[in-house]
Amino acid sequence: MVKKEILTILKTSEKWGWVLEPDAKRIFSLEGLDVPKFSVAKVPGDVSRIGNEIGYPVVAKIVSPEVLHKSDSHGVEVGVTGDKDLKKVFDRFRKMEGFAGMLVEEMIPGTELIIGAKHDYQFGPMILLGFGGTGVEIYKDVSLRMAPLDENDVNSMIQGLKAKKLLEGYRGTKPINMKALKESLITFSGLVMKLKDYVESIDLNPVMCTPERCVIADARIILKTEK
Amino acid sequence: MNLQPLFKPKTMAVIGVSTTNERHPANVIYSKNHHRYPVETFAVNPRGGALKGDPIFPAISDIPEQIELAVIAARADYVPDILKNCIESGVKAAIVVSGGFSEVGRWDLRDRMVAMAREAAFPFVGPNCLGIYVPGYVDSFFLPAERMVKPDEGNVAFISQSGGILVDQMIKFADEGVGLSKAVSIGNKAFVKELDLLNFLARDRETKVIAFYVEGFGKDEGREFVLAAEKCPKPVIVLKSGKSSGGQRAVSSHTASMAGDYQSFSAALAQHDGVIEALNELELVSFCESMSSYQTSINGNIGIVTGSGGHGALAVDACSAQGLSVPELGEVTKKEIEAHLSASVKAIASIRNPADLTGSAIDDDFVWTVRALCTMPEIECVIALLLPYLPGITMDLGSRLSNVSRQAGKPLIAYVPHVDKYRMLIEGFELNGIPVSPSIEGAVLMATALRRSKPW
Repeated sequence: MVKKEILTILKTSEKWGWVLEPDAKRIFSLEGLDVPKFSVAKVPGDVSRIGNEIGYPVVAKIVSPEVLHKSDSHGVEVGVTGDKDLKKVFDRFRKMEGFAGMLVEEMIPGTELIIGAKHDYQFGPMILLGFGGTGVEIYKDVSLRMAPLDENDVNSMIQGLKAKKLLEGYRGTKPINMKALKESLITFSGLVMKLKDYVESIDLNPVMCTPERCVIADARIILKTEK
Repeated sequence: MNLQPLFKPKTMAVIGVSTTNERHPANVIYSKNHHRYPVETFAVNPRGGALKGDPIFPAISDIPEQIELAVIAARADYVPDILKNCIESGVKAAIVVSGGFSEVGRWDLRDRMVAMAREAAFPFVGPNCLGIYVPGYVDSFFLPAERMVKPDEGNVAFISQSGGILVDQMIKFADEGVGLSKAVSIGNKAFVKELDLLNFLARDRETKVIAFYVEGFGKDEGREFVLAAEKCPKPVIVLKSGKSSGGQRAVSSHTASMAGDYQSFSAALAQHDGVIEALNELELVSFCESMSSYQTSINGNIGIVTGSGGHGALAVDACSAQGLSVPELGEVTKKEIEAHLSASVKAIASIRNPADLTGSAIDDDFVWTVRALCTMPEIECVIALLLPYLPGITMDLGSRLSNVSRQAGKPLIAYVPHVDKYRMLIEGFELNGIPVSPSIEGAVLMATALRRSKPW
């Protein structure tokens, strides 16, 4: 069963064809997936309160139904350290097309992975795991499976990554929390199965993996145009 | 839905035979089945008449016998009515050879046929296909008998979306000694699809290996197919074409861009045990041949015996590329092999893995070494690279090595160059159920097939 609030969000987002980041994160947190602490500033008066609530340094991102690819449109500022800078970012974002707010969230340094989903015509929902960030399509170090995933699938997906050693602790770095990653993948694949009639594709990119957590730092849900 | 009448009909009607054109597909199909196969075959054309002294019946219902299978090779416009007639006359199944349906935009004709077939649970193959070939039973291919190359009767079933690829693979199967249980060209697969045939062949006693050539599945049909294939108690091999297409569409997410049609196809197959993707025709034939001989699964430890160092080295490279290992032999084993080699070979052979017996080796040296490798628990499969032009090798070696492998119960795979003058050596293996490849790479792929199969 899809939760009522999730259905409401999907319904509201239909007109844009995709789900705004704060709404997408709400969906994932409703399903028990880990997302950063975040809040949306809509008017200048919100900015410093929210900045301090979240705790500097923060990440600031444009919220606009017109801006699907935020990085490409200069709609992301990473490592904003204080009220003054955050206000400047807000003023810049406010001039962008379709401005509906500024998402402010905690910064979580870690290994950047991508977890994705795609509705394949022949095989239905597919899940992708790979090394993420902006270079994701350059390295293309990814594993792909049919959803839903079981533990074997998840293990073999991780084993199938060429750079998997980077996750296991490499040259002095601590290993990431594998259990959190595996659980996130299984939970995500379950959600994808539930939403298969609504969703065309999902990018969780990056998912920040640390020795403690596996956090969805950015999320994009593209909806099906016809069911 | 019962598919059996498609493959083992007692009676068959060929609809659309011509009184004026001997080369008409229906005439070719009628005459070869009428003359060469046990199925009792009748010709049908609304105009009636006679064909070389045999009657042409105006309709299915005029035939004195109850017809089990109808082969329809009439103009597309007439086919839905013919199909209706078949169903009403108690025919059990049909093959629609004719083209001119969805491939030229006539979805209306197709939809009518599918609706009728669904309601009556009446299986029909096609349209736009060659249909079905079952060695010794029935052959709906509109190819003159003298033009076809037919593999021996065997245990591999091959299902193809393309008739041309099917006929071509049959030539290759015949060349490589791969036996066929059933061949089906499904064409537009309007009604009977891959999944139906998979489910039928999974229970077919004559089939041990099920191979497919797929261009694409319908909506969600790929998912149903791999889930059924994983449950199937026989290996399912799939060759896919169109690997590079589909990348042109604009996609708005990284995932959609990296999980293209083929990537998803390949990943879904790899995820499900017992479904094996063949990347090309060599893999397809090698996998079919190997799995047709051995329904067994190995971890991938290979013993290699060769008459030339170069062959051994190429085989090791190919094994390594396929993720197979070629483990070192223990000292005791090495000494034991050496002790029994002929005197002239003992001095120059290199007994390790691969065991290079050199160009001076005679049959006995090969037999002894293969026997020793077969008894080693750490070796799961033996590849014998045989060079029949070496003076010490005789044509008897095939059957001798086959016996060694069967006694030890360990899979043996041979490489022998495939030319006529070495035919007896090759048959010595093949007639004993030992697969033989014409290339080193192919022999290694045969071993790979065993590593990739699940324990059956």
